[in-house]
Amino acid sequence: MAVINGERVSIVPQSIAAYLKSAGYNEKRVAVEKNLRIIPRGKWTDEMIGEDDSIEILNFVGGG
Amino acid sequence: MALSPERSARFARQLVIPEIGAAGQEKLQNSSVLIIGAGGLGSPAALYLAAAGVGTLGIADSDVVELSNLQRQILHATDSLGRAKVDSACARIRSLDPDVRVIPHRLFVSEENIGALIAPYDFIIEATDNFEAKFLINDACVKAQKPYCHGGVIRFGGQLMTYVPGRGPCYRCVFGDAPAPGDVPTAKEEGVVGAAAGVIGSLQAMEAIKYLLGIGSLLTGTLFSIDTLTMRSRSVPLTAPCCPLCTNARRAAP
Repeated sequence: MAVINGERVSIVPQSIAAYLKSAGYNEKRVAVEKNLRIIPRGKWTDEMIGEDDSIEILNFVGGG
Repeated sequence: MALSPERSARFARQLVIPEIGAAGQEKLQNSSVLIIGAGGLGSPAALYLAAAGVGTLGIADSDVVELSNLQRQILHATDSLGRAKVDSACARIRSLDPDVRVIPHRLFVSEENIGALIAPYDFIIEATDNFEAKFLINDACVKAQKPYCHGGVIRFGGQLMTYVPGRGPCYRCVFGDAPAPGDVPTAKEEGVVGAAAGVIGSLQAMEAIKYLLGIGSLLTGTLFSIDTLTMRSRSVPLTAPCCPLCTNARRAAP
């Protein structure tokens, strides 16, 4: 099981970009942390996530 | 120096807390906090820090008070419409406690002024409403090795994290670069509930108080977020410092 935003989920191995798209995220509005490392936006099409990974999708929140 | 009877009465509910007490109250009295943005987040942060007895507060903002601000920006009132927010804020804080030294900085933060602005203060509250300012303040705090708390709020929820030099990543380590204008919705477009801004701004004040007193756990290396609609909250552990600014700062550290 992978852990995404603190919840255990079953996912097939896929790129971060593919996951964000399938989960309905607007990729311009988030940062992605994989196993406590921030994955730069430019690597999202290559970087894979799978069953052993812990993923955090962090939202840009701009209001003040 | 011992607290006067009047000051002891004012802070009675803090003085009985073992983690604060007279020594802590004196620390707060001798501390200074700069609040950048006298809006939805800066209002509760400034009011609670003033009420807690932080001796010196700086308030930085370039705007004037508008009617649409009053639903959430509780530093300001109807009779302040059209007035500079820093003046409205300073008057409100002085009416709360005339012994707080409050310094208005009526300006829009820029590359040119940010370094001198933050230099005299012990802790910075980043309570701005745009990413350009958020990244500018972050970078300046990292370069100056100055602790600060980032806050953001939209609709029913928000987030905060605290940067303390040597104790975790900065905002840029986590979020990289500012999104292009229009890519992320603003509070003007999507709205914000005043009480939600109150939650986040109050927590920012709490971070400042804990830092100044050296008590408790700070949100260093942690992004706290809450959605008040569902009441789901999370504290996400963050990456080690990794941006070029933090890497340089660490190399320069003794």
